[in-house]
Amino acid sequence: MITAFKRVFLVGFQNFWRNGWLSATTVSVMVLVLSMILGLLMISVLTEAVVQHLENQIDISVYFKPKTAEPDILQVKNNLLAEKEVKSVEYVSEDAALALFKERHKADTIIAQVLEELDANPLEASLNIKAKAPDQFAAIAKFLEKKEYAPLISAVNYYENQETIARLSSVISAIRKTGLFITLALSVISVLVALNTIRIAIYTLKDEVTIMKLVGATNWFIRGPFLVEGVLYGLISATATIIVFYPIMFLLAPYVDNFFPGSDLFLYFQRNFMTLWLILLLCGIVLGVFGSMIAIRKYLKI
Amino acid sequence: MILFDKISKAYNGHFALENITLNIEQGEFVSIVGQSGAGKSTLLKLLIAEEKPTSGRIFLDKQDVTALPYAELPFLRRRIGTIFQDFKLLSQKTAYENIAFAMEVVGKSKKEIQEDVPQVLQLVGLEEKAKQFPNQLSGGEQQRVAIARALVHQPDIIIADEPTGNLDPLNTWDVIRLLLKINELGTTILLATHDREIINTLNKRVVSIDKGKVIRDEQNGRYIL
Repeated sequence: MITAFKRVFLVGFQNFWRNGWLSATTVSVMVLVLSMILGLLMISVLTEAVVQHLENQIDISVYFKPKTAEPDILQVKNNLLAEKEVKSVEYVSEDAALALFKERHKADTIIAQVLEELDANPLEASLNIKAKAPDQFAAIAKFLEKKEYAPLISAVNYYENQETIARLSSVISAIRKTGLFITLALSVISVLVALNTIRIAIYTLKDEVTIMKLVGATNWFIRGPFLVEGVLYGLISATATIIVFYPIMFLLAPYVDNFFPGSDLFLYFQRNFMTLWLILLLCGIVLGVFGSMIAIRKYLKI
Repeated sequence: MILFDKISKAYNGHFALENITLNIEQGEFVSIVGQSGAGKSTLLKLLIAEEKPTSGRIFLDKQDVTALPYAELPFLRRRIGTIFQDFKLLSQKTAYENIAFAMEVVGKSKKEIQEDVPQVLQLVGLEEKAKQFPNQLSGGEQQRVAIARALVHQPDIIIADEPTGNLDPLNTWDVIRLLLKINELGTTILLATHDREIINTLNKRVVSIDKGKVIRDEQNGRYIL
């Protein structure tokens, strides 16, 4: 049993080496396939970053009537935080709102002058609310319509922005769905290409398989070396792919960051280097082994 | 030891073998003669279950070969050393490895392989070509590798399908003498050939096949068609 095992390993390596060109082409195709998979993975990471960035842009604000006591506002904030749809609530006091307003318009002398003339702060305190998903704002707005809040609240800006929020939210879900569809379609194509390549590689050896059977080899004794080769295909192509990707990601990242600020693609790649390699390794080995097993099946029937 | 019991084999309705009954005892040296296309190779293919008969049964030591489960076939084939007409060498392996493969399949140890393979290579006169691949060998040399592979694991039966087809007269007689020697040691030999000279010199049992039927079966037979 152990001798058989050793033989199978040895012959697997030997075949890989002796069929140099065949192995090289098979590995090349698998590198392309795995690059496709890794590329899709990176793109989906990017899409998710963009989508999250977009989602973070959306919020609604509740403005409180002047002279509302701060504890009351904070009470509303705590009530909001207890709701399951709410992701975060930011309190902006009247003073903070004024400071923010001044900061934003400091270049504009007329506004500065007008503010000088006023005795009191004309701005209202507000809560900026972010939802966990863009389609939950309606529920939050509804929550704020409760009778008990009516004396405090002067306005909720959801109703003005309702249409924009809805549009943005549909764009986000469209991006997600299209991304998923494209990823799935391309993955299926890549997998088929990989399986077909392995099938052809084994097809060229079909006579050998027949001969081995006629000499009295059992199926597993014949399959074994092909399994070892399949694992080698996976191992080498996964490692080659991730090594090739490293400089590509490094060179590409600045341009990507220009388009999608804050995506930090290269950082993500570096941090998850091992995980990505393991994913590719798994894909490669599963493809190599699974492909070999299917391809060899019909030649073993004799 | 081997019994072909009313064997017929048809390809697309055309009978390659028709109602053949043949009994071969252990230790016999049987020549099967006939023109090409007479059905010699088909008969031998049925014995190693490379093909299934259309009807009839084949027994090897009371074991019905035609009813053998798929998983048992490797073990049947290990009992039979086959010299194929088209050699069937593994193109990815050297002469040495081709012969060693037959021993690896049976599960022989590395030590046994290292002892036996060089001996067999010497027996067929190829000790210097051990590291050559089949496509680097001549037809006759490939045939001798095939012969070496068929006998290296000491099978009970050796099937030889035109084993001298690619050999010059000198080598031909070497091979025949080799087969005779193995036969003397107790191995049953089935030799398919259409070489008149060999048959007439051997003076052993001859089974003549024509158009899928046994037309003559005689001890100390001669080549008559």
